[in-house]
Amino acid sequence: MQLISPDLHYDFIGKRKIAFIISAVMLLTSLGALAVKGLNFGIDFTGGTLVEVKFDQAPAIADVRDAISPKGYGNAVIQEFGAPEEILIRVQNKNTEDSSTISNAILDGLGEKFGADAIEMRRVEFVGPQVGEELTRAGIMAVLVAMLAILIYVTFRFEFRFALGADAALLHDITIVVGLFALTGKEFSLPVIAALLTVIGYSLNDTIVVFDRIRENFEINRKRKRPESETNVVNGSINQTLSRTLMTSLTTLLVVMALFILGGEVIHDFAFALIAGILVGTYSSIYVASPVMLALEGRFKQDEDEIKEMEARP
Amino acid sequence: MHSFPRWKIWLILAVLVVSLMGALPNITSVPSWWPASLSKPMSLGLDLKGGIHLVLDVDVDKAVSHSVEEDIDTARQVLRKDKIRYRKLSAEGLTLNITIKNDADLANAEQLLAETFDGYTMADPVERTFSLTLKESVADETRKFAVDQAIEVIRGRIDALGTTEPVIIKQGSHRILVQIPGYEDSAHAKQLIGRTAQLEFKLVDEKGDLDKAMTGSIPPGDIIMYGPEETRNDGTNFRQPYLLKKRTELSGNEISDARVSIDSRYNEYAVTLKFNTKGSRKFDKLTTAHVGERFAIILEGVVNSAPVIRERIAGGSAQITGSFSPAEAHDLAIILRAGALPAPVKVVEERSIGPSLGQDSIEQGMNSIIVGCIMVLIFMAIYYRMFGLVANVALIFNMLLILAAMSIIGGTLTLPGIAGIVLTIGMAVDANVLIFERIREELRLGKTPLAAIDGGYAKAFSTIVDANITTLIAAIVLFQFGSGPVKGFAITLSVGILASMFTAITVTRAIVAASTAKNGRVEKLSI
Repeated sequence: MQLISPDLHYDFIGKRKIAFIISAVMLLTSLGALAVKGLNFGIDFTGGTLVEVKFDQAPAIADVRDAISPKGYGNAVIQEFGAPEEILIRVQNKNTEDSSTISNAILDGLGEKFGADAIEMRRVEFVGPQVGEELTRAGIMAVLVAMLAILIYVTFRFEFRFALGADAALLHDITIVVGLFALTGKEFSLPVIAALLTVIGYSLNDTIVVFDRIRENFEINRKRKRPESETNVVNGSINQTLSRTLMTSLTTLLVVMALFILGGEVIHDFAFALIAGILVGTYSSIYVASPVMLALEGRFKQDEDEIKEMEARP
Repeated sequence: MHSFPRWKIWLILAVLVVSLMGALPNITSVPSWWPASLSKPMSLGLDLKGGIHLVLDVDVDKAVSHSVEEDIDTARQVLRKDKIRYRKLSAEGLTLNITIKNDADLANAEQLLAETFDGYTMADPVERTFSLTLKESVADETRKFAVDQAIEVIRGRIDALGTTEPVIIKQGSHRILVQIPGYEDSAHAKQLIGRTAQLEFKLVDEKGDLDKAMTGSIPPGDIIMYGPEETRNDGTNFRQPYLLKKRTELSGNEISDARVSIDSRYNEYAVTLKFNTKGSRKFDKLTTAHVGERFAIILEGVVNSAPVIRERIAGGSAQITGSFSPAEAHDLAIILRAGALPAPVKVVEERSIGPSLGQDSIEQGMNSIIVGCIMVLIFMAIYYRMFGLVANVALIFNMLLILAAMSIIGGTLTLPGIAGIVLTIGMAVDANVLIFERIREELRLGKTPLAAIDGGYAKAFSTIVDANITTLIAAIVLFQFGSGPVKGFAITLSVGILASMFTAITVTRAIVAASTAKNGRVEKLSI
């Protein structure tokens, strides 16, 4: 069985202007959403308390608020979590008291109103302000270090322009996935950072496979008597690896979809980030990484020509 | 192709046997002769098992300033012993200020202080005032000691809860990670851990004027402390003030035991303390010298009671009362027995999971793995036929290898860790996809089946290595910067990637080699 006919010679690079417009629209939408709506940061980064409670019977959100108001948390964010019986309550840290006791007060309030047996503590998370700052710093560092390490590795294994192409694709993918979180208002938490790093790894994996073939074909091309243009070689390489690119994306998507549908609420946003990342990563390894690499080639070539010209002058 | 090296086959078989043996403890209990390193099941993270996860911050600077304050007592004692009169003793941050009364004593005092406080650097006296500053290395030592001691104390308190396998370890320079698997009552745990349990015995200054002291003129060497909040008949709250001698006569360090008891006078719950030998002797001396006076029992900065010393007490025990509930008395006995925290601790992070959520997560995670795995298996079999089945064998081997490796290295499976395994399923077949696509290409170029297989494996190899190393880089960075559950994801992802490189390349190659060698000449490949 074959997804892609081996005779396919689709002109990917020829469509780079359309791809450029599509990418530009996605990137601008992402940046716009980030600027206007911003990210809905989870307590991992802002600090705060999160309490997940399972009720015997689905409660009204207003009743839940009534129960915790007397404890001083009437302004908490209260929402359903996966099922109507499960409620998620989120509270900002207070400066005045020991914030780690907020969850106790909330659970006490719920117990008093609904009866201690009618509720069950599912999860309590508390992140102090200092830890929130540390986690934010570590998250940013992780993404930067990963990108730098990859830049170094790809430069070492290929050439610098390949590395720039790969990193352009990465930046493209991360911006769009993060933008999607801003657009949908989904919570941006620590596991989402993990998903982003995985997207980096995955997107790169895809890009590397294409680059590997381009490098191989460049070498073959160089030995030819009448070499083809670099654009043609790149196009051929993308076509040759296309069925692999789609196959791997498909198998990975299959399992991540399983995670998204069956994995439960806690892992839901994490799986969402992966799905988005795999889709955009597959796209970018075809339409972003190679065109950028080629574009850089053009510029460097011009520079070389100019140098030769200058040297030729008397 | 015809000469697939023998040693590789032995290697695969050896890995298979070790993996099976290492994975077995997760399914059933193993006999006693089983190798010890292969007998551990994989441990589950708190997010799957349920339990309490706390990160505590130890206020180490408090421990340092506390030790400086204690040195004032030492200074007082040595100066008195050598009959050097002083005007003022005070502590300020890391610095001790000691003002001597007479110029004649200056030289003696200088020598004495230098000998006594070798952990301090001493500046030349200014107007008969010596200023000694604690050396940074000594302060660091005190900080480190405070954290180590806090760990011991907290361990004692948590052990009293009777849970299995609590984890109490140092994190960074002044943080403590506490994990109590299978324990739900996070409020109780936090209360038990967070109390400093500082217990002090001070004498009441019977000659001092409390009313005058309340207006601001506290006699030198005295301090005002308060009792617990009480409600008067008219509904207002008040706290009873006490004028006490600053000096701590006895502390919680000199307790050997603390038990819940019933106070016979009011028939209330109380905690009876037993002093150790040194404490008993001090208590004996104290009660002998101060019959008729009161001594105050101070718990965590609050005066618990101030009974009158009616006669010398030689037995070495005291009682703390205060309308406790049985549970309160029980907790108090636990923390007094475990000892006082050398510095206050604060909860800076908590992630506690109820048991039902953990169980749900395991089920949902396992469902995702099984469904994802089956879909990929079916897909590969349809798409690559015989070679797809070979890849499927490798995938199952890969799962087994991950399970075994996680068990052997003592890794912890977390919910994100399960996600990592699911992701590995998708990516593990990638190597085979690369190889098989390459074989198909070689066939299209008109090569013979065996040559195509050789070419496919050879040409795909460097691509596979490059592609996997980049993912591995991301996983390692994640492990370095991630915390808690996210680390679990990084671990399973890394283990999965490494395992897949072995199974997808070496194992499939061996199977393909075995099946083609049997047929002798291969006319057509089922790919």
